[in-house]
Amino acid sequence: MAHHEIRLTGSGGQGLILAGIILAEAALYDGLNVVQSQSYGPEARGGASKAEVIISDSEISYPKVDKCDLMLALTQASCDKYIDTLKPKGILIADKSVDNIPKRDDITIYILPILETAQKDLGKPMVSNIVALGGIYEITKLVSRDSLEKAVLRRIPRGTEMLNKKALEEGYNLIKNHKEECYGDGC
Amino acid sequence: MGERFVKLMQGNEACVDAAIAAGMKFYAGYPITPSTEIAELSAEKLPRIGGRFIQMEDEIAGISAIIGASIAGTKSMTATSGPGFSLKQEGIGYAVITETPCVIVNVQRGGPSTGLPTAPAQGDIMQARWGTHGDHSIIALYPWSVREIYDATIRAFNLSEKYRTPVILLMDEVIGHMRERIELPTDEELTIINRKKPSCPPEEYKPYKVNEGDIVPEMAGFGEGYRFHVTGLTHGESGFPSSNGEVAENLIRRLVGKIEDNKDDIVEVHEYLLDDADMAVIAFGSTARSAKSAVDILRTEGYKIGMFRPITIWPLAEKQLEELSIKLKKVIVVEMNVGQYYLEVDRVAGKNTKVEKFGKVNGELITPEEIVSYIKEGNHA
Repeated sequence: MAHHEIRLTGSGGQGLILAGIILAEAALYDGLNVVQSQSYGPEARGGASKAEVIISDSEISYPKVDKCDLMLALTQASCDKYIDTLKPKGILIADKSVDNIPKRDDITIYILPILETAQKDLGKPMVSNIVALGGIYEITKLVSRDSLEKAVLRRIPRGTEMLNKKALEEGYNLIKNHKEECYGDGC
Repeated sequence: MGERFVKLMQGNEACVDAAIAAGMKFYAGYPITPSTEIAELSAEKLPRIGGRFIQMEDEIAGISAIIGASIAGTKSMTATSGPGFSLKQEGIGYAVITETPCVIVNVQRGGPSTGLPTAPAQGDIMQARWGTHGDHSIIALYPWSVREIYDATIRAFNLSEKYRTPVILLMDEVIGHMRERIELPTDEELTIINRKKPSCPPEEYKPYKVNEGDIVPEMAGFGEGYRFHVTGLTHGESGFPSSNGEVAENLIRRLVGKIEDNKDDIVEVHEYLLDDADMAVIAFGSTARSAKSAVDILRTEGYKIGMFRPITIWPLAEKQLEELSIKLKKVIVVEMNVGQYYLEVDRVAGKNTKVEKFGKVNGELITPEEIVSYIKEGNHA
């Protein structure tokens, strides 16, 4: 691994900034360099929201993500807004609720029921971000599993440890259970 | 040596932790984006160490309160952004003439006025220098990373105590809000400077008398048994107002001189790949991170280019810029404004080398690619 730029997108309130912080912290535990940033402003309250993480084994100068290697899209609006920022050969992880999957044959696309898993299987839509992190881990192995779990447990509210561990587990399992929902050369 | 503490930290958070490490016990301010986390975290952390946080009714009250606290002997800080920085200028001038140590953080955003509340800018470079009226000098530092925010905050307190002056810590939205890996210094690695207290008995104390070999007057704290008067009016050694021309001349010369004559101690710069360079980008804060990336890209294409980064923005790194100008064919000042630091670089370096400017004021960080494109083709953003 050299340099990975990740953009987590969705709508305000889905916990994407926290997910970005957790992912960054996990990379830090793995001894990697990391910068996490986010867009503030009207976007962060309702419309399309995004959190950005750069993970690298060398020094990171320019702190912003321009074209990304990995993109998470939890909503149609955010998918539409940011899809053009995904590099060729990049990976898109889209929630199942994103009906209109972009027509790009130069990327790998995973379609996973992230929101549904949080809502129905776990009964808590608020853990969608943690389910998504489990999925990102399983697909990319950008960070180690131990570090990811440690980072999750450090950043979540006390008393929700079991729920969040379960959410991570469900996230890991999403890939195995939805192997057929992958499109592109990288599957 | 204790074990190094590595963590993921936000820029604004590093500022608060460093301020506390430097001895801050009082914060007063009026929260404003993109500096709000500094107020929030000060409110959370100061009471735990026996400090005080007050949310004031407005920005002027914020700086007035920290000046008062500092005169009472407490290391104090306030934080703001452009609109609040404008309002604080009155207090900054008061801290200059009363020689009250304090730290004012300005996490810059787009201006003028309320401008672009959530977007980065570097439009307050000149305001940091000349925002308050009257002849004066000022110290302003501008870090570029979370770790450097930590170091610069401690240095801001140290310089304010050593030179008895307000010190401005300039940041921008990008570095204030981003989180990155930080290796915290151990306690043994920190140098903390405290103001010099009176060495004479109270009845002999002259609050504005500079002793032989000292840079600034010794500073008693209110309530420590030393009687003294503090005024924004021109004053002599006694601290009481005077309209005597000689007193005024001496005071202003001394206030300016204590900073300008000690530039070797105050000015800190970062030079990157300048040894064999014939061209340099000059940048600071978040823009310097883009500049460094741009230099790395251009180096792979054979350009002999480096970067000069003032960490101390004010007083100006005049000597360093002059030296640089003699050996380079061209310098390009890259800043998120229409050309402010450029004016000073051109004044100092312009007689020896070509000075160009490249700026952007649309609320977006200048990218490395834009700098590369400007240098290769002269393309403006």
